[in-house]
Amino acid sequence: MDQPAGQSDFRLQLQSALAETEPRARLDGLARLAQSRLGFVETIQLDRALVRCGAEPIDDYALVRLAVLSTNTIDHLLPAIRVAGLRYKLRLDVFSGSYGQYRQELFDPASPLLQFRPDLILLSLNARQATSGVPIAATAEEVEGVLARAIEELREVWGHARSAFKATVIQQSYLDVSEPLFGSYDRLVPAAPSRLIARLNDLLAHAAAREGVLLLDLAQASARDGIDAWFDIARWLQGKMEIAPQAALRYGELIARLIGAQRGKSRKCLVLDLDNTLWGGVVGDVGTAGIILGEGSAQGEAHLALQRYAKLLKDRGVILAVCSKNDPALAEAAFREHPEMLLRRPDVAAFVANWNDKVENLKDIAQRLNIGLDSLVFVDDNPVERARVREGLPMVAVPELPSDPALYVRCIADAGYFEAVSFTADDLRRGEQYATNAARKALRGESQSVDDFLRGLAMSVTYGPIEPVDLARATQLINKTNQFNTTTRRYSADEVARFAAAPENITLQFRLADRFGDNGLVSVMILRPADDPGVLDVDTWVMSCRVFGRQLENEAMSIAVEAARGRGIRVLRAEYIPTERNGVVSGMFKGLGFAAGPGTEPGGASRWILNTAEYVAPPTFIARKAKQP
Amino acid sequence: MTDQDLLTAFTRILRNLLGDDSIVLALNTRRSDVDGWDSFMYVNFIVAVELELKIKFSVADVESFETVGDIAAEARTLLG
Repeated sequence: MDQPAGQSDFRLQLQSALAETEPRARLDGLARLAQSRLGFVETIQLDRALVRCGAEPIDDYALVRLAVLSTNTIDHLLPAIRVAGLRYKLRLDVFSGSYGQYRQELFDPASPLLQFRPDLILLSLNARQATSGVPIAATAEEVEGVLARAIEELREVWGHARSAFKATVIQQSYLDVSEPLFGSYDRLVPAAPSRLIARLNDLLAHAAAREGVLLLDLAQASARDGIDAWFDIARWLQGKMEIAPQAALRYGELIARLIGAQRGKSRKCLVLDLDNTLWGGVVGDVGTAGIILGEGSAQGEAHLALQRYAKLLKDRGVILAVCSKNDPALAEAAFREHPEMLLRRPDVAAFVANWNDKVENLKDIAQRLNIGLDSLVFVDDNPVERARVREGLPMVAVPELPSDPALYVRCIADAGYFEAVSFTADDLRRGEQYATNAARKALRGESQSVDDFLRGLAMSVTYGPIEPVDLARATQLINKTNQFNTTTRRYSADEVARFAAAPENITLQFRLADRFGDNGLVSVMILRPADDPGVLDVDTWVMSCRVFGRQLENEAMSIAVEAARGRGIRVLRAEYIPTERNGVVSGMFKGLGFAAGPGTEPGGASRWILNTAEYVAPPTFIARKAKQP
Repeated sequence: MTDQDLLTAFTRILRNLLGDDSIVLALNTRRSDVDGWDSFMYVNFIVAVELELKIKFSVADVESFETVGDIAAEARTLLG
């Protein structure tokens, strides 16, 4: 958790949070408490307070209906699931299936689950059923047959969960609670219990990925924490609890993290301090040659391990930034000249070394990268700086680094800030894209005018309907984008696939390239029919912040209008639903020639109407590279 | 730890679990004497006591406890 331990009087803090009269302030107070290290009883107390807050909508807190269907007892886990959700600004309404009744609940046409209308269905199953009855002498082929049937059954359940409930399905991997039978030789016996479960989990992960089912990998978590942290045989015997009560908060955290990732709440950028964080010692005092980094010193290797982990994060698409109180020339020199530096200057998308307040510097970094402050993770060994940032920017994640640098990586990794539900080609290229953005900035500096700059970029857009190959990235963009997002509706890959497949809809994806490189798939639009024939609603329109200010919104709207006209659509209706983050598109529809429509609420959502026949395409400097979809 | 210490700790734990500050436990209190102390909250209570006192009751003991005093007596044995 972000906060240091030691809630001195938990009940007092809970009471003071509940004493707030404003529902938003009350929930904020409870969310702050949820971030602290909570004990077993405290979690239940906090949950009781949370449930008492009711379910009226509150800005920035998403109401999500989660059904947990299980072969085990799960009621003892629900408070922790709700409390962990609060850490991710999710208000989870949790439906718990009856013990062992998950199939009936899914398939019974009179099931209470239908009334509950889950957004997400989590299948929390144990391995006993899937692996029971396999004789220990079974051959590898026989084992594969049994496991393939188990997976086939699951696929049926997933398919039904999706078609009958239109819900996103989360499947958890099986906890291995078996005891060794042969010892080390277990790994060589196909039907040995631990081997069966390992193989089943392997098949499960691949089947889930193929079917667009999210995987909650309990097997990974229990391998990391030790099975005793997760499973207590006494609780299984007493109440068929597969997940022990003391693991409830960890379980809830993993669930909330995954739902958060699916809804675009994962962090995007790792901001690193330098002295005593990225290397040992203070470079301003000891010089580049004097810092402790790299082989030959245990501490030096610990700092190097952090660099290595940061580099891995960068390679999977996390943006790196530096925020250090330092002489900028000295800091840069260390990057350039120290032979053991693994991170190099081009790995860092935003480099801030000065003597200013770190709160201001973090704001500057977010602005430069064009991402929200709530996308930042700030890593600093100095407790004073950490406290200052937590105070000044509560939306920035600030891990409570242990004093020993050896534990830095573990602390950052365990917090799960960068949880992902996909890994796309765009993630791989992100680092390069931020680097080319620097080149674009340089061109902008040289250009006489904005028009000169845009012309000089030699941009081209490739576009078309959302095809299966675009699905992962389109879904990622819909769920991660907070700024250029007209309605902030979040959709699962299944839902996006359904929109794309429905002939009455128009779905569009746009890729923008220029002479510095390809920005990849950067915008998605979903147009859906309204009640009136001849009218389409702009249900969703998102665009990556990387390509703001390039006129892509103009070209994209022109393409959309042409596609609509081609279908005989007379009117496009659009909606702007304000959030804390999407002010950048508040006036966009007006600028694109839409007229204010009825139903606009002062300070709230605004509605816009465009007569497609009257639309005049604004000129842009973007060439088109695809035929009309 | 004396029986009184344990009673104080048990009372605090159960009050927090059930959100009811009117609960006062005695050695002869049974689960049925306390509103809301059902089998689900019983397991939660046992878990909370085990975590706080860093002890582990046996499965058989948890099944056989009848009064708060039974729990306190076993806790004292385990605490040594």
